[in-house]
Amino acid sequence: MKKFIKEIIMVAANTGEGHIPSALSVLDILWILYDRVLNIYPRDPNHPDRDRFILSKGHASLGLYAILSEKGFFDKSLMNTFGKYDSILGGHLDRNKVPGVEASTGSLGHGFPMGVGIALALKIKKSSSRVFTVIGDGECNEGSVWEAALLAAHHKLNNLICIIDYNHSTDRALNIGDLAIKFKAFGWMSCEINGHDHEQIYNALRDTPKDKPLAVVANTIKGKGCKMMENNPAWHHRSPTKDELMRILESLE
Amino acid sequence: MRQQFVKTIESVFEQDSRLVILLGDIGVFGFRHVFEKYPQRSYNIGILEQATLGLAAGLSSEGFIPVVHTIAPFIVERSLEQIKIDFCYQGLGGNFVSVGGSYDYAALGCTHHCPGDIGILKNVPGMQIVVPGHPKEFDRLFLQAYANGRATYFRLSEKGNSSPNSIEFGKALILKKGAKATVIAVGPLLDDVISACVDMDVTILYYTSLEPFDTQALMQNCASSKILLCEPYYSGALDYDVIKSVGLNSVKIEHVGVPHLFLTKYGNAQDHNYNIGLTPKNIRLKLESLINE
Repeated sequence: MKKFIKEIIMVAANTGEGHIPSALSVLDILWILYDRVLNIYPRDPNHPDRDRFILSKGHASLGLYAILSEKGFFDKSLMNTFGKYDSILGGHLDRNKVPGVEASTGSLGHGFPMGVGIALALKIKKSSSRVFTVIGDGECNEGSVWEAALLAAHHKLNNLICIIDYNHSTDRALNIGDLAIKFKAFGWMSCEINGHDHEQIYNALRDTPKDKPLAVVANTIKGKGCKMMENNPAWHHRSPTKDELMRILESLE
Repeated sequence: MRQQFVKTIESVFEQDSRLVILLGDIGVFGFRHVFEKYPQRSYNIGILEQATLGLAAGLSSEGFIPVVHTIAPFIVERSLEQIKIDFCYQGLGGNFVSVGGSYDYAALGCTHHCPGDIGILKNVPGMQIVVPGHPKEFDRLFLQAYANGRATYFRLSEKGNSSPNSIEFGKALILKKGAKATVIAVGPLLDDVISACVDMDVTILYYTSLEPFDTQALMQNCASSKILLCEPYYSGALDYDVIKSVGLNSVKIEHVGVPHLFLTKYGNAQDHNYNIGLTPKNIRLKLESLINE
């Protein structure tokens, strides 16, 4: 994972933009999804049989860009254009620009309800594809998340998986409590995992539940893999200086 | 107009397997035949407008054509960001059909009023806005626009005009040509405007599509440079379009519409129309004053 961490931090440092700690907290989850779980078609990103993935916490875009480019959805060289005026890669995701991106996210609480609609659409079409969404614990402050959770359970969308990147972003504002219990109370199957343990991630996402949507509460560390940033809220939306970058890169060797 | 909405939807369901209807817990009895016949594509989704719009966008991204129906303030104001981002920014098509604007539910008070809907949606790039003045006009405009891949707002009114006009989506209709002023009548205000303009030497333009706005029709029919804008919602929502069409130089624009206030009285829509001057008599007074300036 170190090469992705390095890439994300260097790209952010280069452009002076990006939410690095959020991208790093979700990186292991994204990698396992794209490497072992999702049915993907990088050369035909709109293939009807693909599994759909929505990064509802769109500010973690750098993490998704690193994985999408690794898997061949677009050329790696584009990573260095991140945040530039004409780039397809913005600070938040744009479905009309980036191959493989299903939803334009950024305003929290939008991607997940859209994922519920996609899951319902796939049911109507009798498709066996699944829909995976990643939301943040801060995003769980949004009422639309819980509206969507109600809808998904009511319509028995067992083709929908919501992964909660529980990196404790919300802690300084609102105590969101036990999210596994909350989703269960909303009629979902739920489980809790270490969001940086690849086998735990894979095992949680491998199977389709019988008649309920699945919530996977992934306990993660904001800034995981970069000691300077880990659990340090000062880094939420800032890029490293040249000196900091040197020290970070050294620590990653 | 609501009955026509049901009829139109029933008919489109027969022909277009992409259509999905999502009701915000209103109109369920009216749509019972659709629910019976197409259970996979008809939902009484509940009272959760933000997620409903997000869900509708998800359906749209998979090739379905969602029609979301509830009361105007809940669809436009409560879930505005979903209309803006989930549909317009993402370039997804969908249809939002409201009832209750501006104050058709007058007795229920301001929580159920929505005279701001048109002005609000005018500020969302890519949004199409339709205000039919007659049930048959709704049918025609819906059929012309519902599947064009854009987000479209249809505003259903309790009170309509006495007869339909041969309108086209995106086009204004020139009903009368005159020299002294141009009167713009929006949707259900047309009968009042016609009644107010009897024997007056004015042009009457009838608009049911407010976005796209037919700029050409106004440009070519405004020799007097005097415009009376008659709108059945917060007045002035079309000011930008009017100015863009005719320019600012020496143009005089006067308004008849809903004042930008909470209308805290109850009664019915006619009571409010009378008290705020949304009447043929007041339209005529404003028009005479504009012409005689």
